Amino acid sequence: MTNDALERLERAIEAVSSVVDPEIPAVSIADLGMVRTVRLAADGAVEVDLTPTYSGCPATDLIKQQVEAALAAAGLSGSRVNLVLSPAWTTDWITEEGRAALRRCGIAPPPRRGEAETPVACPHCGSEDTEELAPFGSTPCKALWRCRSCREPFHRFKCL
Amino acid sequence: MTTIRVEETPHLTAILRLADTALVLSHRLSEWCGHAPMLEEDLALANIALDLLGQARLLYQHAAELEGKGRTEDDYAYLRDAPQFRNYLIAELPRGDFAFTIVRQTLFSAYFHPFWRRAANSTDRTLAAVAAKAEKELAYHLRHAGAWLVRLGDGTEESHRRTREALDALWPYTGEFFEVDAVSRAMIEAGVLPDPEALRPNFEETVDRLLREAGLPRPPAVWMQSGGLRGVHTEHLGHMLAVMQHLQRAYPGARW
Repeated sequence: MTNDALERLERAIEAVSSVVDPEIPAVSIADLGMVRTVRLAADGAVEVDLTPTYSGCPATDLIKQQVEAALAAAGLSGSRVNLVLSPAWTTDWITEEGRAALRRCGIAPPPRRGEAETPVACPHCGSEDTEELAPFGSTPCKALWRCRSCREPFHRFKCL
Repeated sequence: MTTIRVEETPHLTAILRLADTALVLSHRLSEWCGHAPMLEEDLALANIALDLLGQARLLYQHAAELEGKGRTEDDYAYLRDAPQFRNYLIAELPRGDFAFTIVRQTLFSAYFHPFWRRAANSTDRTLAAVAAKAEKELAYHLRHAGAWLVRLGDGTEESHRRTREALDALWPYTGEFFEVDAVSRAMIEAGVLPDPEALRPNFEETVDRLLREAGLPRPPAVWMQSGGLRGVHTEHLGHMLAVMQHLQRAYPGARW
């Protein structure tokens, strides 16, 4: 790879990494595990593969547009952004940094594969004395919970 | 822009059956928006509708690839008439009361959860990818509907009566899940679709367990409704499409 190509690729990765989830702006799409690959195609254009999260997530199209806009703003015109269904996204792809960022904005991260569904630690005070208020929340990825220790309600990221 | 004519192959028909079922049920659920008995259920039903709509979109996109005529997901949703829809009849029945909706979601999810789990091994890679996610979504829907079925069946006299009536009304529509015609036979043999007969034990076990917990009797074997898969629908689908397709019919090609 030439220096110029390498520089373009680095710029592309930086641009893609700057895009955040419009519903949870504290978490980047990279930390959500949505970015599969960033590469230079044979024709020199940047190509990005994204994995959509929940089947019906209305943010998917917006995220795709934001990635295209970020690449264009980085001077990488003619970039292509693909939505790739297989392998299917799972909440296990959320990075450690992503899980920490979710907690910081009051959302309990999902259990990892093989982990029990409960107890759920309160993202505010850490207490495990919590209860589910409603299995569905304000977005397709979240359920509504409440902490019995600090009395604060919180969202919980649903396991997928 | 008029009604499109889809040249159906067995593979395309199989995908449209799944896509249409998800879309039509999604629409019925979305009719609850602002009308559910409580805010949490308003959110829940809207979220389930959204999951099904997402599944329908991915399946229609796949149908467009299979057909290869440059169509979009919207063409299939908005530019076909009722006889061209291939959905299971259970999906199109009017939303009824809350008990009816819960019983329908329970029966539907009790079948489609194991369906998608098996379809995740489909030889159709795109279908397998849709299935991998749909399976987890349906598991969540089933848990939600099942919990409500038990609360309603084991609740007040009124909730028990309504749930039982809904169960009796919906049971004859469960036969279609297990219907196999030449199209599905070919797709089962090609490894695209799971054989519904293999899903029956799982479906029955789930339904029996929930009905027992809810204190509801298993409906007796009755004559089963049929027709949706070949485009013979109840009178309700046409009315639903009139609402759902109104904008594209009144303002062809409208975009926003």
